[in-house]
Amino acid sequence: MEGNIAELGQYIGAGLAGIGSGAAAIGVGHVAGNFLAGALRNPSAAAGQTATLFIGIAFAEALGIFSFLVALLLMFAV
Amino acid sequence: MATEAHGEEAPGLVFHPLDQFIVKPLFGGEHVGLFTITNVTLWLALAVAAIAALFVLGTRGRAIVPSRTQSIAEVLYGFTYKMVEDVAGKDAIKFFPYIFTLFMFILASNFLGLLPMSFATTSHFAVTGVLALAVFFTVTIIGFVKNGAGFLSLFWVSSAPMALRPILAIIELISYFVRPVSHSIRLGGNIMAGHAVIKVFAGFAGLAAISPIAVLSITAIYGLEVLVAGVQAYVFTILTVVYLKDALHPAH
Repeated sequence: MEGNIAELGQYIGAGLAGIGSGAAAIGVGHVAGNFLAGALRNPSAAAGQTATLFIGIAFAEALGIFSFLVALLLMFAV
Repeated sequence: MATEAHGEEAPGLVFHPLDQFIVKPLFGGEHVGLFTITNVTLWLALAVAAIAALFVLGTRGRAIVPSRTQSIAEVLYGFTYKMVEDVAGKDAIKFFPYIFTLFMFILASNFLGLLPMSFATTSHFAVTGVLALAVFFTVTIIGFVKNGAGFLSLFWVSSAPMALRPILAIIELISYFVRPVSHSIRLGGNIMAGHAVIKVFAGFAGLAAISPIAVLSITAIYGLEVLVAGVQAYVFTILTVVYLKDALHPAH
């Protein structure tokens, strides 16, 4: 069981970066859930806010994608 | 590095999940130069051809009662037009051709990338990066041409207390320059992650014991990826429109 300590660090780092994906999942769920809570209180106003919903989801999701990218870079590029 | 990532304990995984994104020359040889015709070139050209076919053939009849192809073209046009009008206002309509081109190109590339054995061009950050940088420079130039130095009021949050404004200006400036990065990586990362996940499950399908579950999972994820392809094209476009709105009306 011999290995390179740098490779060990790569794999651990990639796994830690995976936590970011879970955090982004919480964020996206928060946005969508709050949208739904508001939409059910006032359904007539909901249709006009779908663009805002998608923008919010996109911003929350981007950070999760960043962490995924860091994981990929650690696995294959470093 | 790529070959040692999967060990002996996974006999089903005979290919690497990221192998599908390798850029290869179409007509023999290994060298990829500046003007080499590669599989990326082919699928980018096919996306453009698909859009041209949809709009040229679809709207050729100009029927009052539209055919199916014409309906698709009309729905896509009307959807994008309404989005630009709603989000950025009437005076953004003259940039509608650019927005519509972006939307159709990304949508066509995403959907063509979902065909089996095809190549997902939008999974490459080189492709999405060029699109995002084009948006960034276009929007910045429009902002300065339309508003002159007044465009800088985008960074000066006038609704905040005076003591906070310099700090907010720095944050706004950083977030402005991170825009092309997040804009391109959001699209490319989503498409690449989706395709890689499908390939990982395709690797599991080689193991006899779990292959039924793996094939069912591939079907389910494929359905999700069709949704993601549409949503990401929409998100890229609507963020472009939002940036355009910032350039046209920079005041906070």
